[in-house]
Amino acid sequence: MAFLDIQHLEKSFGTLCVVKDFNLGIERGEFVSFLGPSGCGKTTVLRMVAGFETPTSGAIRIDGVDIAGLPANRRKIGMVFQAYALFPNLTVADNIGFGLKVAGEGKAEIGRRVAEMLELIGLQQFGSRYPFQLSGGQQQRVALARALAPRPQVLLLDEPLSALDAKIRVSLREEIRRIQRGLGITTIFVTHDQEEALSISDRIVVMHQGVADQVGTPFEIYNRPATRFVAEFVGTLNLVDADVVEAAKGRVRLGEVLVALNRPLSARAGERISLALRPETAVLGRGEGHDVVLSGRIAEVHFLGSVIRIRVAIGGQTVSLDTFNQPDRPPPAVGTPVEVSISERDLLVLAA
Amino acid sequence: MTGKRFWSLLAVTLGGLYFLLPLAGMVDFSMRMKRGEYSFEAYRIVLADPQFQQTFLYSVVLALLTIVLGILLVVPAAYFVRLRLPGLRPVVEFITLLPLVIPPIVIAFGYIRIYNTSSFLPLTGTRSGTNLLLLFGYATLALPYMYRSVDTGLRTIDIASLTEAAQSLGAGWVRLFAVVILPNVFVSVLSGAFLTFAIVIGEYVFAALLNVNAFGPYMVWMGSNRAYEPSALAVVAFAITWACIGLIQLFTRFSKFSTARR
Repeated sequence: MAFLDIQHLEKSFGTLCVVKDFNLGIERGEFVSFLGPSGCGKTTVLRMVAGFETPTSGAIRIDGVDIAGLPANRRKIGMVFQAYALFPNLTVADNIGFGLKVAGEGKAEIGRRVAEMLELIGLQQFGSRYPFQLSGGQQQRVALARALAPRPQVLLLDEPLSALDAKIRVSLREEIRRIQRGLGITTIFVTHDQEEALSISDRIVVMHQGVADQVGTPFEIYNRPATRFVAEFVGTLNLVDADVVEAAKGRVRLGEVLVALNRPLSARAGERISLALRPETAVLGRGEGHDVVLSGRIAEVHFLGSVIRIRVAIGGQTVSLDTFNQPDRPPPAVGTPVEVSISERDLLVLAA
Repeated sequence: MTGKRFWSLLAVTLGGLYFLLPLAGMVDFSMRMKRGEYSFEAYRIVLADPQFQQTFLYSVVLALLTIVLGILLVVPAAYFVRLRLPGLRPVVEFITLLPLVIPPIVIAFGYIRIYNTSSFLPLTGTRSGTNLLLLFGYATLALPYMYRSVDTGLRTIDIASLTEAAQSLGAGWVRLFAVVILPNVFVSVLSGAFLTFAIVIGEYVFAALLNVNAFGPYMVWMGSNRAYEPSALAVVAFAITWACIGLIQLFTRFSKFSTARR
């Protein structure tokens, strides 16, 4: 059995069911992200694990012990909130020591642990400050230290980076991951930011309308999305229409070109299906191993810095593709006729 | 000097005179007890009067008890209304405003009717029962001020997140209130407390109708029997009220973690 084991978890508010048959096992020391748009139920699941919401049904076990009936203050779960939630009347050191004091630790032990935590988050000089004297990023680091100080069994992070500006967000998420790895603490991280989830997670749970659509490593989630929602929510995607020619062998017609997907399709011959394609898998011109060649015309060029996103009109459809910026090769002008090549292996067939 | 400036100065001066002249007159009068010279004779007599000391002490103790009762009643109530029952807020606000709408004399009569010696709960029959009744009455009178200031204080902090943070760190309700909620609304509680103090110190109707020797009835008795001392007493009462207001300001300014002004 997994260290944190969630089984058949459901939550309804009145007639509205916000979490449906949620199952997940998290191993000790694993970092799992719940990713989804607002209202998908990810925060509700987290709050049920924390004990702030009562499940309508289902079980939550930590190390084999069912905690569903325990009040939040007896679960030994550390939590970091989006709004920091530091106690404004306590100094940084007192905030970090709060949980230890509640647990009845001695003064010396609290002092030692607080110093250790301050060092962990790199704020040794800030112990006697009050929260309002710190920046947002510093406050959130203190909140992290406060959650970790009593050595919780599980760490829950509820969109901890959402209130911070972009640069701090990236550096703090790396710091969170470093600390989490160092302590080996089992962690759930809730976010609506796919880049955040992809960059720091061992595994990602993509949630949609109260259901876990897909559970997998960032690599799996990105490259082999299980549902149309996952494919569309995670990363940028081209959707192109294709007509099924032979379902069993997966032969489809893409514009003028016949493509063999080499996997059976559920749609029947003559039906129209959607194929998905990541912008970085399409190549301008002919690429090695890219056997499907489509011809079109440059429709738009967006210079994003290190990456150039080019939109090519092919037949009646537009396909986006990403190329790296090369200083000695300016991007083609709008209207230029070009060839776009793709590999049939990169074409994703999405369930409707 | 521009015309605009002249008129604003005039308005402020007139307003100031309207409030300050009677006070100045009262202070002046209170110091004329000895013929032909200014003295604090009236104050000396008042402060040395054992009646004054006794009634004032009684009212101070009662005011402090009222504050404690008010805090115990209002802080958890306002907290839970904000956190769990936000739909009830208009109702609770209306209820806490009632003491301002219903005259104290009506409340006092109600108490006497309900808790008289032939009732099921004869509180007016004993000294301690009457004191208790007075305490409850004053807590009611203080409700609008106490609730409003505490509620305003709660609005400035994110009580939902702070509550959950404290709970996830293992804190129970008592610690949550004592260490997290109360200290963060301390300034608001204090301003409610000082207003309560000022109300209770000068209250007359409840005390007189329940026949209690509090500071309010003493002031009235003094006013109808002496000439110079009542003015001195009024100045003392004013000073107490102003000291309360000053203390509110002081605590608001010097609370070291308050983020309200930063």
